[in-house]
Amino acid sequence: MTADTVGAEKIEALPQTTFQIIPVKGLPFVAVWLVGLVVAIAANKLWALDFFHVVGGAGWTVIDLFLGFILGPIMGRLSLSSRIDFVTKLMPKMILLVPTLVISTLVAGLQLARREHYLLSSYSYHGWVVASIIVVGVMTIIAIGLLEPANLAVLFELKKPKPNGEIVAKLMRRFIYTAAITGAMQVATLVIMTRLAT
Amino acid sequence: MNGQSLPTERRFPPIAEVAVVSMAFVIAGGVYLGAYFPRPAPLAPVVSLLIAAGVLLVINIVAVSRLKPFAWEVFFRVAGWALLAYIVITGLIAYIFVLDHARGTMLVVLILMLVGFAVNVPLLLAFSVARYQPVDNVPVDNVPVDNGSFNVVDNVTGEK
Repeated sequence: MTADTVGAEKIEALPQTTFQIIPVKGLPFVAVWLVGLVVAIAANKLWALDFFHVVGGAGWTVIDLFLGFILGPIMGRLSLSSRIDFVTKLMPKMILLVPTLVISTLVAGLQLARREHYLLSSYSYHGWVVASIIVVGVMTIIAIGLLEPANLAVLFELKKPKPNGEIVAKLMRRFIYTAAITGAMQVATLVIMTRLAT
Repeated sequence: MNGQSLPTERRFPPIAEVAVVSMAFVIAGGVYLGAYFPRPAPLAPVVSLLIAAGVLLVINIVAVSRLKPFAWEVFFRVAGWALLAYIVITGLIAYIFVLDHARGTMLVVLILMLVGFAVNVPLLLAFSVARYQPVDNVPVDNVPVDNGSFNVVDNVTGEK
């Protein structure tokens, strides 16, 4: 294995890795969850909307916090080859899981807010509701604009016969930093949501 | 170098950056409407944001279409699947708006924003992946260098 150093990162010649970028076996679970979400919205029942909003939101928040503050720093200290091994096992699952949780949280939350009249400007916590929309908007820009492209590009790079170590290292750094930012934004979400629920 | 892959990083036009700005305009419009919904909001600010986002999206599509050589097979593969996913996602959001009686100009603006989002994200994801992929059947010696559009720089040594 050859090695060179760019900045503080040791760049190694990487072996090709075998893995599925999109875990096909997970697609039926996503489909079932989305059908359930549509039924909940169409039925417009409080319990069903609460279920999809709370379960989706809890999963999304916990994953972002755990990835941003626990796994991210650990990944940053691993060797590049260990990081790659970890990423190729974790990230394909995240590609299915996170968008499903996000859409569940947002769509059920929007319908819940509409049903319970939280969107009305006469609602006493309307400012907090708008703040939550802003936080979600910023998180969406960071997650879709920076984190997800880096995640996908890393996985495609690792599928090559000879992955480029510098590209992988650069994109993984971006992934770790943006995961930390979305983790921090999730703290703001927790503050807002607990305030709304009080 | 065998012509099967470019072990180098090209310099591209700021397609990813423009896509993020365009997406930010759409989301800012969404936040603005969300602050008023379900009451009708003054539409001038959000239409301005929508037009700005649309112009940036068109500029980006033109910029991407002019990339030569480029890993088009990978680009369209990623863009296709991402488009499918984001049609489902934006379709669900549109369903909520229709269900909640958004009508007329407001609904048109919301749908256009969702369409912009559903096109922008796949373009961003596909470009972000394809930019690092090998360009099929193009020997590296034939890739234009220092022509104003991109450079070929060795990743490790930094040499052109």
